[in-house]
Amino acid sequence: MLAAILSLTILGAVLGAVLGVANRFFHVEGNPLVEEIEALMPGSNCGQCGFPGCAGAAAAIAAGTASPACCPPGGRSLAVTIAQRMGVSLAPGGADDPGPLVADIDESICIGCTRCIRACPTDAILGGPKQIHNVLRDACSGCAQCIDQCPTEAMVMQPVPITLQQWFWPKPALQG
Amino acid sequence: MGILDRFLRAAHFSGGVHPDDHKRPAADAPLRVMPPPARVYVPLVQHIGSPARAVVAVGDLVKKGQRIGEPQGAVSAAIHAPTSGRVVAIGDIVAPHPSGLPVRGITIASDGRDEWCELEGCDDPFALDPAEIGRRVAQAGVVGLGGAAFPSAVKLSGGLGARVELLIINASECEPFLSCDDRLMRDRAAEAVDGIAIMLHATGAREARIGIEDNKPEAIAAMRVAVAGQSRIRVEVIPTRYPMGSEKHLILVLTGREVPAEGRPSDIGVVVHNVGTAMAVRNAVRFGRPLVSRLVTVNGACVRQPGNVEVPIGTLAGEVLAFCGGLRADHGGPARLLLGGPMTGMQVPTLEVPVIKGTGGILVLDAAEVGEGEGGPCIRCGDCMRACPVGLLPLEIAARVRAGEVEKAAGFGLVDCIACGCCAYVCPSRIPLVQFFHHAKGELAARARGTQRNETIRTLTRAKAERLERDERDKAEALARRTAASLAAATEAAAAVEKAAARTNEESGACA
Repeated sequence: MLAAILSLTILGAVLGAVLGVANRFFHVEGNPLVEEIEALMPGSNCGQCGFPGCAGAAAAIAAGTASPACCPPGGRSLAVTIAQRMGVSLAPGGADDPGPLVADIDESICIGCTRCIRACPTDAILGGPKQIHNVLRDACSGCAQCIDQCPTEAMVMQPVPITLQQWFWPKPALQG
Repeated sequence: MGILDRFLRAAHFSGGVHPDDHKRPAADAPLRVMPPPARVYVPLVQHIGSPARAVVAVGDLVKKGQRIGEPQGAVSAAIHAPTSGRVVAIGDIVAPHPSGLPVRGITIASDGRDEWCELEGCDDPFALDPAEIGRRVAQAGVVGLGGAAFPSAVKLSGGLGARVELLIINASECEPFLSCDDRLMRDRAAEAVDGIAIMLHATGAREARIGIEDNKPEAIAAMRVAVAGQSRIRVEVIPTRYPMGSEKHLILVLTGREVPAEGRPSDIGVVVHNVGTAMAVRNAVRFGRPLVSRLVTVNGACVRQPGNVEVPIGTLAGEVLAFCGGLRADHGGPARLLLGGPMTGMQVPTLEVPVIKGTGGILVLDAAEVGEGEGGPCIRCGDCMRACPVGLLPLEIAARVRAGEVEKAAGFGLVDCIACGCCAYVCPSRIPLVQFFHHAKGELAARARGTQRNETIRTLTRAKAERLERDERDKAEALARRTAASLAAATEAAAAVEKAAARTNEESGACA
């Protein structure tokens, strides 16, 4: 009787310890790929991809239901980084890729209502009440959340102008 | 010395090509000085680094040599008025660049007097502190005149941190068609050597070696005479082979030492300056004259009077060409316009672009010189591999770039490519290899910028979220404080009322 109790107790204790150790060392917290992709994304949760925020998009990309290129603010560089991480090849962007867009304000019709400033997730818009607002192009993520806020339609999305420092030769077209 | 020495040295650098140099007759024509044109267009960025900031306003009168652009940041260069006159515009001008994009610049209408402003010279530069020489060179806006246009003061005054043992003067001028350094050494050898001596003093190097390719015998003779009295400056004759003028190759040939990949010459105690820069340094230190003009080779089969011209910075390339007699009617018209040499220069869409500090040549080539033909497929002959002076595999890199796999191209050593053009020069299929490499480097840089931008945006998003959270918390705390305060006040008031009531009761009780 005592021997049976003792052996079962010891067995239980040992197996419990093994399980405890296994839980500590083989612990999986969600899908690490999803977390990794989410860490790469802009995090402004703009919703342009059609998913609920960056976390949703990251889950869809990891599951293979969304393209790595689904994030417009992230642009081509983000798409390439994610595709590399996932080991998939990126469908050629080609003509449908308009390049990154950023917000711009038509100063002649801005009334200084500050609504866009409140909507901006990156604090990229400068201005105060009844002051003309302006966009800091380098800080704008291109999430377009400010566009619908503007009561005078002074806000538009514009392609980023190419400067001398950023221009580079196009890829030569070759036959054969 | 002599043949054995030359043989030993030649063995050091593999690859390279021997293009027909096309340097004469332009190199033999006497140097001409161009008077300032009616208008000069001076870009605010003519150097590697941050653009200068305009410090004049439209309508201001400026003297020649007056500072009109202030350098910004550690690597930048000052910009000066190339002639006297009135500032008529500050805004976009067409950049001397293949893209034809605008660049911010200052337009000055010349008053025809070409009057210098007051200059601070120095009779004995060798008594000056090296740091002071660096300051004066920076004041004068001197940049490397070999083409890269890196601010010279940064390299001179030990801004790169390492101790310099050897100063190498790059006078190899390996680019075909160009002869401005050759002409400078033939006509102004003594001044150039004076400039080299000043640089030697400024860098603190033990000796200076002037590397000149052996296809310039007149320049070698003139420089040998000029260095006769100088014990620490030596003229070295080096074999003619393109790209001898590439910094790393010149160092290898002159010292036998190799600059590490992605490293700088200062890593092995060497600093390299162009011979034209030495002249500009002399003018800056001895006479306080800023860099407002430079020697430009005007060459190509379409040019009526090819030669070398001293041109005020900001003069339109078309006007320089007109000064050289304009274009020839025969030769079937210009096939290509180039700023700089044919191997590393920039193809420009128009000649209505200004000459800047880094412009060593204006070339107008005819169809025969361009020799363009239909490009064919790569036949994997390996000629490019043998021609590559850096030891890369241009065919493999180009194949990756063509397939859109720029990361793999980078894995084949794309960053070490110096874009010298040897591979494209020897390619029997006429594949535009260099354009592939330029494209891939641009693409990689754009991706790096994109990643950087995404990171910035992530930080900003997080910062705003944190700020909103903090505001919310502060608001809640303030509310709690207010509630607590009003509660305390209410309790106190209630207590007071109670007390008063009690007292009244007592009093009434007492009365009763």
